[in-house]
Amino acid sequence: MPTSRKLYGTRLRVLSILTAVVLTGGFALAAFYAPIEADQGFSQKIFYLHVPLAIVSLCGFIFGGICAIQYLRTNDPRHDLRAYTAIHQSLIFCAAALVTGSIWAKAAWGQWWVWDEPTLVSFLIVFLLYATYQPLRFSIEDPEKQSRYAAVFAIVAGAFVPLNFLAVRLANPLIHPRVLNSSGGSLPGDMKVAFYTCVVGMALLFVTLWKYEMTAKHNRAQLRSLKRKLGGPDAAAIRGRSAAPRVSAS
Amino acid sequence: MSDKLPTNGGYVAAAYLVFLAVLLVYFAIMATRASRLERELSEVNRLVDEAVEGTTADPAAPDAEPVSTGGEA
Repeated sequence: MPTSRKLYGTRLRVLSILTAVVLTGGFALAAFYAPIEADQGFSQKIFYLHVPLAIVSLCGFIFGGICAIQYLRTNDPRHDLRAYTAIHQSLIFCAAALVTGSIWAKAAWGQWWVWDEPTLVSFLIVFLLYATYQPLRFSIEDPEKQSRYAAVFAIVAGAFVPLNFLAVRLANPLIHPRVLNSSGGSLPGDMKVAFYTCVVGMALLFVTLWKYEMTAKHNRAQLRSLKRKLGGPDAAAIRGRSAAPRVSAS
Repeated sequence: MSDKLPTNGGYVAAAYLVFLAVLLVYFAIMATRASRLERELSEVNRLVDEAVEGTTADPAAPDAEPVSTGGEA
C-alpha cells in the first residue's frame, strides 16, 4: 500500500526536492565556485555550512517564540505544537552549528573552543538555555499547564535571542570573524552568491523538516483518535507523561 | 589539478560529514516513525473492516454505529 504517498502530500514532496536542489547547489557553489579565502585558506569552506546552520537555528528559536505568543493569545494547541517542533528542530541545528564551528576553530585557531570569545560563549548559552525546554515540558504533568509554561519560556528565551545577538555585535570580537555586518557583509561577490544560496538552502531544509514533523504528528494524532473511536487494542490505554504537546485530531 | 588535498581539507570534510551524519540520523528516525504510522494505519483499516462487517452481519444490534473516518490531515 503506497501509504507514504498519502501520509505526506505532493506539496511537501516538491518542497523536499527543492530543498535538496538548493542545498546541494549551495554546497557545490561553495566547493567549486567560491574562491579560497586568502587568510583562512581552505578551512573557510566550513563557513558555508556553519554560519547558515547558526542563522537558521536562531531564526527557528524566534519563530518558536512567535508561535508561543500565538498560543497564549488563542489557546489553540496547534500553535503549541508549532512552537515545540520549531524549538526541537532548532536545537538540533544549533548543536550541528556548535560542532561544525568547533571543527573550524580547531582548523583556524588550533583550539576546539575559546572561552573568552563572546560569539562562541553566547551561542553556547542560547543552546544550553533551549536544552532545558524539553525537560521543563517533561516535568509538568498537566498538559494545559505544560503548554502554558512552555509558551512563556519560549517567548522569554525567544526575546533573549536577538538581544543576545545585538550584544555580541556591539562587543569587540576577539578572533571570531564577522561574516555579516551593517554594510552588507564582508564577503566578496563570488563568496556572497555561494553563502546566500547555502543560507536559503538551510532555511528550506528547516522548513521541510518542520513540515514533515508537523504532518507526522497530526497524522499520528488522527490515527490514535480513530483507533479510540473504533475501540482498538489501545483504546483504553492511558497516555504516559510526555514532553510533546497533546495534539487534537481535528 | 593537484592530487593533494588542500591544507585543512580533513577538517572541512569532517564538518560536512558531521552535518551529513546528523541528517541521516534524523531521516532514519523519521523513516522509523513513518513505518510505525503505516502499521497503525493498516491496523485502523482492519478495525474499520471488522466494524463494517459487524454492522452488516447484525444491523439490529444496539451498539452498531456508523464508523467515522475522521477529518483530513
